[in-house]
Amino acid sequence: MIRVVLPHHLRRLAKVSSEVVVDVQGPATAAEVLDALEARFPMLAGTIRDHATRQRRPFVRFFACGDDLSHQSLDTPLPEAVVSGAEPFIVLGAIAGG
Amino acid sequence: MSRVRVLVGTRKGAFVLTADGKRERWVIEGPHFGGLEIYHMKGSPADPDRIYASQCSDWFGQVMHRSRDGGRTWETVGNRFAYEGEVGTHQHYDGTPRPWEFKRVWHLEPSAADPDTVLAGVEDAALFRTKDGGQTWQELPGLRHHGSGSQWMPGAGGMCLHTILVDPDNPERIFIAISAAGAFRTVDAGQTWQPINHGLKSQYIPDPEAEVGHCVHRIAMHPSRPDVLYMQKHWDVMRSDDAGSSWREVSGNLPSDFGFPVEVHAHEPEAIYVVPIKSDSEHYPPEGKLRVYRSRTGGNEWEPLSRGLPQEHCYVNVLRDAMSVDALEPCGVYFGTTGGQVYASASAGDTWAAIARDLPAVLSVEVQTLP
Repeated sequence: MIRVVLPHHLRRLAKVSSEVVVDVQGPATAAEVLDALEARFPMLAGTIRDHATRQRRPFVRFFACGDDLSHQSLDTPLPEAVVSGAEPFIVLGAIAGG
Repeated sequence: MSRVRVLVGTRKGAFVLTADGKRERWVIEGPHFGGLEIYHMKGSPADPDRIYASQCSDWFGQVMHRSRDGGRTWETVGNRFAYEGEVGTHQHYDGTPRPWEFKRVWHLEPSAADPDTVLAGVEDAALFRTKDGGQTWQELPGLRHHGSGSQWMPGAGGMCLHTILVDPDNPERIFIAISAAGAFRTVDAGQTWQPINHGLKSQYIPDPEAEVGHCVHRIAMHPSRPDVLYMQKHWDVMRSDDAGSSWREVSGNLPSDFGFPVEVHAHEPEAIYVVPIKSDSEHYPPEGKLRVYRSRTGGNEWEPLSRGLPQEHCYVNVLRDAMSVDALEPCGVYFGTTGGQVYASASAGDTWAAIARDLPAVLSVEVQTLP
């Protein structure tokens, strides 16, 4: 069970009010977490990863355990604290004004 | 008594304004999708409570919404817009080839006959269609592949397909416009396309009379006369009497022929409206006076309509999809500004009043006339 924290707009889109929990079947990677997230909340497809490239959208960031995981491969194993559920996998909208 | 529903897309959400047929007292609902850009909303003529909305943000990309109850509640539908076949390239601003890349939906055009069928104009320019109420979208690839696509270039706002006009007498004949490629026509429901830009002149392109490359901002048509088209180009207001095969300028006595929207009176096919903007470098009204201009002669002779509109220190813009008319008598005319005002006239433009004053910058205005 992986805990996932979503940014405000994606929580509203998915109609959830706090962090969500997803089951990951294979190795716990960001790609597996996002696959599970999109399976449970289909309306999130295309909002975190581009539909065509399957890559992280440029203004979306991934954090866990105080580290920015945004630039590592989506197939990199997640930290043990995330896998154990002690820490959440955080999806964050980059700060930009306007 | 008839009612009017005004669908307003803004930089930070969607708003639904309603009034009875007098159009004097307005109820504002919203924001829906607060904080997110709503490029366009439009209702189905076949089922006016069915409304589609295009939401987009730099963070989370394109999301599509559908309402079944006139905009009170919404559900998310499909947001996958995949180009068909070889993606190919168009020209970038610097003239280099750039692969087509989907960015956002600019304009939605629900079918007159079927509430589940909608055309969508997107950036990078292409035409998509859903037949299942927005769950899935398929490109009509004949437009991008008709031959001139590799020469298309984005305008300052992106390479967007922003106008879709379906001939009410023959739904297989469709007119679209792309900034900055020009206008195109199909007569076989989108399988094959023809550029229709003869007569347009654009000083900013190497061949000012080229077949494509014109920054068409908007086209409008009266449903009773689908062979007559009106165009607000980057500069120049144009008219065609042969379904776009040729165009002539009808800017006449306008104080500036730069602008974005053009709209046609609901009951007078020769009565048209534009909002002159000072220039392509200064996107606000000439002299700081917000004036709609109306021609009752299909162009060339224009009169300013300013009663109720700010006549000093006004520096807003009116974007291409931000003007619409209702079907009541007298015809109602509506437009939204980048300053967040929505102005309405229940007298075909003779007098105006703000029906919303402090919304986020308005991107689009569509009007539904309800029983």
